[in-house]
Amino acid sequence: MAEILRLDGITKRFGPVLANDDISFALNEGEVLALLGENGAGKTTLMNILFGHYMADAGTVTVAGTPLPPGQPGAALEAGVGMVHQHFTLAGNLSVLDNVMLGTRPLFSLRAGRRAARARLAELSGRFGLAVDPDARVADLSVGERQRVEILKALYRDARVLILDEPTAVLTPQEVEALFATIRKAVAQGLAVVFISHKLGEVMAVADRVVILRRGAKVAEMRSAETDRHRLAEAMVGAEITPPDVPPAVPGEVLFRLDRVSTAGTPGLRAASLALRAGTITGIAGVSGNGQRALADLLSGLEVPVEGRAELMGAGLGIWSPRRAVGAGIARIPEDRHATGAIADFDLTGNAMLEDYHRPPMSRRGWLDRRAARRRAEEIIARYDVRCPGPATPIRLLSGGNMQKLILGRVLEAGPRIILAAQPTRGLDIGAVTYVHRQLLAARARGAAVLLISEDLDELRALSDVIHAIHDGELSPAFARGEITVKELGLWMAGQGGRDAA
Amino acid sequence: MRLEAIEAPGLARRLGLPAAALAATVLVAAGLAAIAGGNPLDVLGQIVQGAAGSKFARLETLNRATPLIFTGLAVAVAFRARLWNIGAEAQLYLGAVATVVIGTQSGLPGPLVIPAMAAAAVVAGGLMLLGPTLLKTRLGVDEVVTTLLLNFVVLLLVGYLLEGPMKDPMGMGWPKSPSLPAEARLPRMAEGLRLHWGFGLALICAAGVWLLQARTTLGFEMRAVGANARAARFAGMPVNAVLVKTALISGGLAALAGFSEVAGMKGNLTADISPGYGYTGIVVAMLALLNPLGVVVSALFVAGIFVGADSMSRQAGVPSYIADILLASALLFMVAALKLSRFRIVRG
Repeated sequence: MAEILRLDGITKRFGPVLANDDISFALNEGEVLALLGENGAGKTTLMNILFGHYMADAGTVTVAGTPLPPGQPGAALEAGVGMVHQHFTLAGNLSVLDNVMLGTRPLFSLRAGRRAARARLAELSGRFGLAVDPDARVADLSVGERQRVEILKALYRDARVLILDEPTAVLTPQEVEALFATIRKAVAQGLAVVFISHKLGEVMAVADRVVILRRGAKVAEMRSAETDRHRLAEAMVGAEITPPDVPPAVPGEVLFRLDRVSTAGTPGLRAASLALRAGTITGIAGVSGNGQRALADLLSGLEVPVEGRAELMGAGLGIWSPRRAVGAGIARIPEDRHATGAIADFDLTGNAMLEDYHRPPMSRRGWLDRRAARRRAEEIIARYDVRCPGPATPIRLLSGGNMQKLILGRVLEAGPRIILAAQPTRGLDIGAVTYVHRQLLAARARGAAVLLISEDLDELRALSDVIHAIHDGELSPAFARGEITVKELGLWMAGQGGRDAA
Repeated sequence: MRLEAIEAPGLARRLGLPAAALAATVLVAAGLAAIAGGNPLDVLGQIVQGAAGSKFARLETLNRATPLIFTGLAVAVAFRARLWNIGAEAQLYLGAVATVVIGTQSGLPGPLVIPAMAAAAVVAGGLMLLGPTLLKTRLGVDEVVTTLLLNFVVLLLVGYLLEGPMKDPMGMGWPKSPSLPAEARLPRMAEGLRLHWGFGLALICAAGVWLLQARTTLGFEMRAVGANARAARFAGMPVNAVLVKTALISGGLAALAGFSEVAGMKGNLTADISPGYGYTGIVVAMLALLNPLGVVVSALFVAGIFVGADSMSRQAGVPSYIADILLASALLFMVAALKLSRFRIVRG
């Protein structure tokens, strides 16, 4: 097997932060290399250097024996390195074929060679098991199909190295299997694949070799055949991790109920029924963009039912708004903590009082009580272990985990009876994930009803007492803990549940 | 080339760059003066001299700064909440109209008439901005377009009023309103000083706006809505109501510029009472980084440039348009400096 890609001593510093510290590894033809690391470990920076978006302070990238000129986007593409980003770079209103051809030929001869391109696309589709309709508009495709188009785009450009950045985040378990099949076909034909992930199970399933990054440095390199999940996790986090104990649930009364509720918007909820009980965690599994946002918005007060009935502690919602939701004792952990959960330019004090700034003790007769606000922030910082220079720090300077801890403190401090946790651990490192899980379990033990919306099936299955799948705004029936397999859940997530499963 | 965010910019970066922007502005001014055939150092010296070199010059600068403080505050308040009020000019004129109407028609006794004029102006200016704001919150109409275009509508309305219903019968046919009676004129701040109480009111307003933004619940809401409307809405803030309150305050402040010019300076209303104070208010507010106390400083700076350039052009024969270019370049440099104080340019 010939070496196709080599990174040698890559170092990149952003101000005081060492994002990449002397990282070296090599990739051979016909091999899948996993780049494993928590968020912020330096995976993305490394790939940006490879692609010439950043210039390394030191180190070289060599593709097939030829060093790449640094800081030239396009050089890597030229040399046969293709990348599939987490966020796709497709033109939605063009067809699949147009998207694949885009940028591969001169601007004014787009029509020329269409037939040849179509034939080549069909050939690649067949060879790698990537079925798509070349004439479909990209905007009409599902997320999984779009990812296939991205991969085809790279293959069409004769990529010899394929880099997949967190490719499974948007897929159902079945789609993940299909992706892995494609990866295996690709390496069987001599391609090399870099698989970037922080999910241990997937890395073990698909990679031949694993390079583990932690805090910008390469801490280990192992053959996946010679290691196990436990050792990978330890190397990635740098410490032994213990999953939280989940004691049996003590279900209480129903605190929030949806009865065939639909909401406006696409995808809105469609005749969704759900009951959140005190002392339980209810999980919602689904591929992103299937109505999770509508469900979260409904509980947050941003959306109202257009059909069906929603009940809060046995009564109707009345005039429903975010402030009413807060007032009704719903703790809301939003999906996007940067854009929705916090005001980036405000300090921790301001962010800590966002929901009750208008009530005593935060404000009296229209005047802010700055001392009370500061005290509150200090309490949250101390009790929820928010690592920060102090309450006057702008929240944008905090890491995702610390920002999430502040939000947890803000909403949990009052002892809420209902908790909405939308993607509460997305983008957090393992330490922060464990922390969030413990807090949710503590709230459950206290008798709160928790709605946990997540794309991480491991998390959902570990924490949820009851689980629903969501697909295109429709909720599956409720499954009790252990009542459903991952495979069945995957079918419900794809909208095929209840037909050939369950 | 790309911009890369700097997480915690240092003090040198935050203060040094704006200082560099100021220096660059001075260089541009010197270059322009040289092109216009003057001696750059002389021209700059004469601008400074003309703006602050004598008691008369300083008073002139303070008087010129007064309406700019009001319009600057109006813009600063609105922009802080991301309500893009480009219509301070219209609000100023409507405030001036209300001032004249109350001052000449109300027949209120002496001590009441001035507060009534000011109140009427504030209401008129606030209502002027209320319409575009409701269109924005209800229908999503872009307030930049509506407030900007309404400036022309209001200017034409004022032209009509001055030729018609509000025309001064004693005005020898000039399009101007009747003059305010003596008890409706703003008194001077000190005997013998050509500086009226409009300036004092402007300073009080600046302090008031600072207090509002930094210390009150409404101010917290206004800043939150401006910094991240989505998060503000999620947290439960009544975003639309906050925008409406912001509009009333902003429009009212701009209208006070009209009140102060009519009741403090001119004594009557003409169609040229504002040489673009509403628009210059945007420059003033931006130079002040939307800080209400900074608005006072930047209004003095801007007024000084205008007054100084006028005086300089009389002596040096360099056109006073240099003031406009100076302000424009000061604003451009300042905007660039602000961007660069939070981002660095990265090659590649």
